[in-house]
Amino acid sequence: MIRKLLASTSIIAAFGAASLQADTFPEIDDLTLGFIKLTDMAPLAIAYERGYFEDEGLFVTLEAQANWKVLIDGVIDGNLHGAHMLAGQPLAATIGFGTSAHIVTPFVMDLNGNATTVSNEVWDLMRPAIPSDADGKPVHPISAEALRPALEAFADQGRPFNMGMVFPVSTHNFELRYWLAAGGVHPGYYSADNISGQIGAEAQLSVTPPPQMPATLEAGTISGYTVGEPWNQQAVAMGIGVPVATDIDIFPMRAEKVLGLRADFVEDNPNTVRALTRALIRAAMWLDADDNANRDEAVQIISRTNYVGADPEVLANSMTGTFEFEQGDVRPVPDFNVFFRDYANFPFVSDAVWYLTQMRRWGQITEAKSDEWYVETARSVFLSDLFEEAAQSLVDDGLAPADAFPFGSDGFRDVVDHAIDGVPYDGRTPNAYIDSLPIGLKGEQSVVGSEVQG
Amino acid sequence: MTAIDPTQVQAERRARLFTRINKLDGWFKVLGLSFMTPLLRALAGDNPKAQGKQLWQLLGVPLLAILGFLLLWGNLAPKVETSLGAIPGPVQVWEQVGVLHADHVAERERESAFMERQAARNAEFIAAGQEDRVRERTYTGSPTYYDQIWTSVKTVFFGFMIATIVAVPLGIAAGLSPTTNAALNPLIQIFKPVSPLAWLPIVTMVVSAVYVTQDGMFSRAFLTSAITVTLCSLWPTLINTALGVASIDRDLISVSRVLKLNTWTKITRLVLPSALPLIFTGLRLSLGVGWMVLIAAEMLAQNPGLGKFVWDQFQNGSSVSLAQIMVAVFTIGIIGFLLDRLMYALQSLFTFSNNR
Repeated sequence: MIRKLLASTSIIAAFGAASLQADTFPEIDDLTLGFIKLTDMAPLAIAYERGYFEDEGLFVTLEAQANWKVLIDGVIDGNLHGAHMLAGQPLAATIGFGTSAHIVTPFVMDLNGNATTVSNEVWDLMRPAIPSDADGKPVHPISAEALRPALEAFADQGRPFNMGMVFPVSTHNFELRYWLAAGGVHPGYYSADNISGQIGAEAQLSVTPPPQMPATLEAGTISGYTVGEPWNQQAVAMGIGVPVATDIDIFPMRAEKVLGLRADFVEDNPNTVRALTRALIRAAMWLDADDNANRDEAVQIISRTNYVGADPEVLANSMTGTFEFEQGDVRPVPDFNVFFRDYANFPFVSDAVWYLTQMRRWGQITEAKSDEWYVETARSVFLSDLFEEAAQSLVDDGLAPADAFPFGSDGFRDVVDHAIDGVPYDGRTPNAYIDSLPIGLKGEQSVVGSEVQG
Repeated sequence: MTAIDPTQVQAERRARLFTRINKLDGWFKVLGLSFMTPLLRALAGDNPKAQGKQLWQLLGVPLLAILGFLLLWGNLAPKVETSLGAIPGPVQVWEQVGVLHADHVAERERESAFMERQAARNAEFIAAGQEDRVRERTYTGSPTYYDQIWTSVKTVFFGFMIATIVAVPLGIAAGLSPTTNAALNPLIQIFKPVSPLAWLPIVTMVVSAVYVTQDGMFSRAFLTSAITVTLCSLWPTLINTALGVASIDRDLISVSRVLKLNTWTKITRLVLPSALPLIFTGLRLSLGVGWMVLIAAEMLAQNPGLGKFVWDQFQNGSSVSLAQIMVAVFTIGIIGFLLDRLMYALQSLFTFSNNR
């Protein structure tokens, strides 16, 4: 026993001072958190494996979930205390699109991390329309305009052009739609009584769970998809598809996954939420420390079967800042997965507003809303004050540098103008932004039957 | 004064030995080890030629067939290229058995490390005078392959138990009274062919609505899987029980009337003993169906167990996933076989059949 005690002094030394103050006890210390097998669940795996959860007095069980629907339902009916969620999920649940419940987030897991992949057949049809550089490689970013020949070929053969995305309110859906619309391809509308999202669509988008994407692409059910890693690199490794655009090309540096919790859970258990946020911030810090020096170790951890389970070399591609497009065409994409730097974990209101504008653009939000409504809804879900509190306590304990967090931010990023279509985005004026986008509902418009009215 | 003839003693001893072997034969048959009988006979000095023939039939042919299957599999598998690499042959699958075992061992090591850290933390709290912070927690790591097997077996037995408790009384009622039979028959006919995957969403919703406690005896996932097993596996028992009860010898029924037996005595003394063989046939079928259904239910609902293991591996999509799924396939098959044998053994214990 004494020997064991000595052996564990290092762990005790790593204890945060805060964890020993009585008034900061976690109210609930047995937590079950859900996740989907994607690389961006890494903060959860790292917080567990490196003992940050235990340091903060939490005993966490991580459970892989079958799909996003099962995951959010699990959080809503209390089987899960929280989960690795798509940034759009808490927003959609809160405004009542899909399963309705007030879900909030104190912590953004990462930025970026997705790509759009098309099947070899479509790629062969697209390639002639894409300019080449001196080495004969396609020039990036690739616009969806290059899809035209493929769309026409499919129409001539009387085949629908199907594409997969992971969930109606997923980043992937909005990114794929953004990319298609920027290239003049209509991705289809949602309406109050038709939530297929295929009203007037040139490319039919439907939901496919991420792990089944490559298999579905191979089977020919879909001709392309937008998904997180490792499923784009998997398609390259399998030789069945070619990634054409990463989300850094499409709409870079916005919240991708978040930690989703029920609002009443957050209200009842402030200390638990703080401890959870602290542990995850520490994990995110470790993931980005020293210019991604730890990413290799992180890949080894998340490649275990109980986490992501894919082969380490496939995961390593994007995690270590490179990305393979056509087989052999490996390009550096240092920001493919951002876990901590650039204030990645701060729940920016403007990111939440962007998701809401996209929901409005495609008809998931059926009626026009005021600018105030967008901002207030975003603020009621992205709880930056909880994040700041947790970050401040880490700074106080000397576990994190103060300049790593945007303390005192009003929650709005500077105007973003490097999207693929160059349309500038200012989160403070969502309606003006919606009206400035190509293809999509504007102003007072709504979709009735298969017609846009108003 | 009679001299004991040693040859006679030996002959008697041999005869005793053979009756014993013949007695054991019944048990070997139950356990699926029927090849033991000729083996023991040959060892005891019976005509080796005749025994050899039997041994060839009972042991040689099955072993050769398995060997042939392995050879065929090993040769054909590498020819099929899937997107996760070639289909694994027997060697790769066997390797994964080792890997899964190593995973289990590693997970147990992590568990003991977790317990050590916990003890250290608690000691720290006590030293700091904060006894209220001392926590004794179970390990929160992920279930290993063995854990998943154990979960599945527990679930199938729980579901099967509920099915039996429901189906046997109903079956007896249906067998004794044509009216009850007529009432139950359409329901049985309609619900029997329903797939577990169709029941699952309904069961999930009902369990979530009814079983609201967060810290009950069972987890919701466990109940969902078990009830799905129940719904799919009670029909064979129900039908066979009804059939067994309905086909009791008329004379026995007449006897019960003459003796003016009350219903309870009639059921326990007459009906059950004569219907038992068929009831057990039903139970055997039910358990087989239940095991098959459970894997599907676990797969769809992502409830802990072998089904989830298979689905997780499929979702992982790593180069060893297929081999691990095949390990699971063999595990499922072997466990299904063992469960069937178990029921068969119980059946021969409880029923008055010819081998007693």
